[in-house]
Amino acid sequence: MRAITIPISDETIRSLEVGQPVALTGVMITGRDVVHKWLIETFIKKTRLPQGEDLQVYEALKPILAGGVIYHCGPVVSGLDTKQYKFVAAGPTTSIREEPYQADVMKHFNLKGVIGKGGMGAKTLKGCQEVPGVYFHAIGGAATLIAQSVTNVLGVHKLEFGVPEAIWVIEVKDFPVVVTMDAHGRSLHEAVEKDSSRVLAELLAE
Amino acid sequence: MRDLTNEILELIRRTSTDLPADVEKRLHEALEQEAPGSAARGAFETILKNVELSRKNSSPICQDTGTPIFYVKYPSAWSTLKLKQMIRTALAEATRKSYMRPNAVDAVSDKNSGNNLGGDDFPYIHFDEVEGDELTVELMLKGGGSENCGAQYSIPYSGKVGDISFQAGRDLAGVRKVVLDAVQRAQGQGCAPGILGVSIGGDRGTGFVKSKEVLLGEIGTRNPDVKLAELEERLTSEANQLGIGPMGFGGKTTVLDTKITGLSRLPASYFVTISYMCWAYRRRKMTVRGDEIIYE
Repeated sequence: MRAITIPISDETIRSLEVGQPVALTGVMITGRDVVHKWLIETFIKKTRLPQGEDLQVYEALKPILAGGVIYHCGPVVSGLDTKQYKFVAAGPTTSIREEPYQADVMKHFNLKGVIGKGGMGAKTLKGCQEVPGVYFHAIGGAATLIAQSVTNVLGVHKLEFGVPEAIWVIEVKDFPVVVTMDAHGRSLHEAVEKDSSRVLAELLAE
Repeated sequence: MRDLTNEILELIRRTSTDLPADVEKRLHEALEQEAPGSAARGAFETILKNVELSRKNSSPICQDTGTPIFYVKYPSAWSTLKLKQMIRTALAEATRKSYMRPNAVDAVSDKNSGNNLGGDDFPYIHFDEVEGDELTVELMLKGGGSENCGAQYSIPYSGKVGDISFQAGRDLAGVRKVVLDAVQRAQGQGCAPGILGVSIGGDRGTGFVKSKEVLLGEIGTRNPDVKLAELEERLTSEANQLGIGPMGFGGKTTVLDTKITGLSRLPASYFVTISYMCWAYRRRKMTVRGDEIIYE
């Protein structure tokens, strides 16, 4: 397993290849459906005016995302009453729903890594080549185990999106992932899709 | 009438944190089939380590604690109104205790209720009056990633795999084709390896209700109808030939089991409905027999 510290350099990103297990250490944020839509509409396409604390949150996110990592995750968090937040369960959510947004978010913030499950499509793969960046696959459903690598919850933004959809700023140590889409245009998901499609065609021809 | 709020809370805790033995056993068997050092074997190792740790720590197996679906079988002496209140109170408490993630989001306002209660139908409770004096409450937690992979086909159906077209007709051969199509489309998105719940017939609504209900049966048990039992086994075996594997990493096990139920249909309609259950198949049952409470 290769140990990588966040922020991640272009050189490190380009050295990563599909199939490689990686342990990530550093500060990252969680962000899923509502966050991606909000980032695109408010700061990237600007079809919606910033409201409330939007601009302050944006300024706070920029340094974390530059060279950083976003995690598609809607955690179970304890300590909501006391604000002594702790991640209880924190596995990845399905990434493909962010396909319309992800490449633009990567380019806008110089985001180097996206963690999720299930992989992403052609637009994100192209984004990975351009930025450069990679897609890290975490094990879906392994929520208690992954929560143990979240050593500290540093804060939360946009809690009004709800606990699963909020932006949690977290410190992780040896967060276990596998590279399944790299900066050289290779995708494990594309390969598995193609192979399974060929087998299915054979089965249905019977 | 006895207050069962605490007992239902315990049912929810067990369901969210303790994977049923039959599912865990099947995952162990699947691990053994994967080559040492492969990504697929690594995925199974992580999955099983997490199952053990969640049980030990009493914390959710998956952070997506899913749609809570209750199946209540009650003798006539019980009030469904009161049982519903107990279930709702227990679910809010389970959320406060972090056994459950707040998962009820109003689809119009986008507001998360924060306590897993949303309108009259979240959680959804199926009530069935039964003979005798035993009350049973079964709970299924159905994760969103897998629910998104569910599919319903209206047969006859013309589909395409890559550039090759296929036709599915109104018979079990047609059912086989569309189910395999649904598994291929799901890839790893529904947290493969999945468990397939399939209903044949019904209307669009009952199709989905029954394709979930059929999942309540134990892994490996077959439909008493020989033809359906054969199709269940064939579908599991052929789905595994697709090579999608755990998480879609590629591997030998794409589907852990297949369960089929046949319903009545209108002459005009022939629906095949597939509910895709993730590997983290969380279901538990509680039986109230006199003063005794039995958890399975």
